[in-house]
Amino acid sequence: MNIPLMNWHGIWAIYRFEMARALRTLWQSLVTPVLTTSLYFIVFGGAIGSRMQQVGGVGYGSFIVPGLIMLSLLTQSISNASIGIYFPKFTGTIYELLSAPVSAMEMVIGYVGAATTKSVILGLIILATASFFVDLRIEHPLAMIAFLVLTAVAFSLFGFIIGVWANGFEQLNFVPALLITPLTFLGGAFYSIDMLPEPWRTVSLFNPVVYLISGFRWSFFGQGDVAVGISLAVTAGFLAACLIVIALIFKTGWRMKN
Amino acid sequence: MTEPILSVAGVTKTYKSGTTALHPVDLDIRKGEIFALLGPNGAGKTTLISIICGIVTPTAGTIKVAGFDAIRDYKQARSRIGLVPQELNVDMFETVLATVTFSRRLFGRSGHSAYIEQVLRDLSLWDKRHAKIMELSGGMKRRVLIAKALSHEPEILFLDEPTAGVDVALRRDMWKLVHRLREGGTTIILTTHYIEEAEEMADRVGVINKGKLLLVDDKAALMKQLGKRELDVSLQDPMTAIPAELADWDVSLQDDGKRLRYVFDAQADHTGIPSLLRKLAELGIGFKDLETSKSSLEDIFVDLVGERA
Repeated sequence: MNIPLMNWHGIWAIYRFEMARALRTLWQSLVTPVLTTSLYFIVFGGAIGSRMQQVGGVGYGSFIVPGLIMLSLLTQSISNASIGIYFPKFTGTIYELLSAPVSAMEMVIGYVGAATTKSVILGLIILATASFFVDLRIEHPLAMIAFLVLTAVAFSLFGFIIGVWANGFEQLNFVPALLITPLTFLGGAFYSIDMLPEPWRTVSLFNPVVYLISGFRWSFFGQGDVAVGISLAVTAGFLAACLIVIALIFKTGWRMKN
Repeated sequence: MTEPILSVAGVTKTYKSGTTALHPVDLDIRKGEIFALLGPNGAGKTTLISIICGIVTPTAGTIKVAGFDAIRDYKQARSRIGLVPQELNVDMFETVLATVTFSRRLFGRSGHSAYIEQVLRDLSLWDKRHAKIMELSGGMKRRVLIAKALSHEPEILFLDEPTAGVDVALRRDMWKLVHRLREGGTTIILTTHYIEEAEEMADRVGVINKGKLLLVDDKAALMKQLGKRELDVSLQDPMTAIPAELADWDVSLQDDGKRLRYVFDAQADHTGIPSLLRKLAELGIGFKDLETSKSSLEDIFVDLVGERA
């Protein structure tokens, strides 16, 4: 039997399965983010934003768009990827993955690839929704796409780790709810950290999400809280860290195999 | 003998908790045979299968599938194996066709294949191919698992307790299917705690208990070697105790003394039956009927597990 180096059919099977899972809940997958984004715009953009000054020469409504996209991107990447790998563990169907001629890397490409695709599509939907409410200009569209994809990949990898680690559904929700959402809110999704008094501004610099939002915002408006190179480095660094952890998980079989 | 299709050498498993699930197991499976791994619940059957299939990591030992190391050349090894698990672990929201196609792709083959239709037809699932799995009965779900395991045309099929909790009709179907697969050249390894199943299906039987493979033998040889027969004598008048004169024979009373059971070795030159019957006549013990029966694998198994455990 001739076995190709990469099991592309296997990767495709996992990817399709994960995409089909999203299509089954298409209503939730699409309507929820559109509705949530609209609400944010009505509250922050309309009600509060009209009384706010411009931030760095950008209208408040437009200013929050990158942060809003990031908020959804981070939580959805994590939850898509974590549920994707956790669910087979929970239902027992993981036996098939473990007994299949699929390498760890192929499994990650399948799951993380699907989670990334879903998150990027979601991000673009939010962007499209936002454009109905505010004027948007994107100064560096390629960089914007790059940040979107890179962040989605990194947090899908992170979600994959959480899915492997989780022993129950409450643990699955734990990290997005108790870590990511606060970090995003405090990471300048709705304000520029330059607006914070010291010491909070300096404290904020320890929040990695600040760099993600800042870099993403730079791609829209050409300005961010921190230099774009640092943003890129932090994003790439986080992605690399997740890859290392995943490599270790598969090497040791941690929480995957007995 | 040709090279075994599956070779297990010195495989052990000790869990982190310190529990030893498998003591060193050596086992060679011949191409095209039906092998039954027989043992009570918790004997280590599923652990052994899970190790071979790559779901559990062995503590020590090597496994070769068609000459390929199951760890180093795992893609080669696993492509040749299909596994039907004991539990009905299948994605409930998927359709039959989708989940079987998924399995075929996962094992590295193109999803579009007439073979899938063939498998689904063989398992009477073709009409249900667009049904969601959660709409199917338990028996049908098990068929889906078998279809998934067969989807990539494996050379070796593992059936872990294939008929546990399955009704009689489906069990018969399952046995027919196994024989049909074997005719097509598939090697089949099944675990069971139903002796009947091993006796009905297997060419060879391995008996496992408490993580030790106690013996492996041709089913017929096993039956022959350990096969005892029983002679049941239906008595005219019930007996309360066995007369001292019958102490030379291995006899016991059954059915409140209505029957006398004599256990003998069918392979021995002298079964002791004629002399027993003469003795009964001598003692004036009348009987209405005589019946002999072959002891089942069950008896053999109880003997083995009892002796060696």
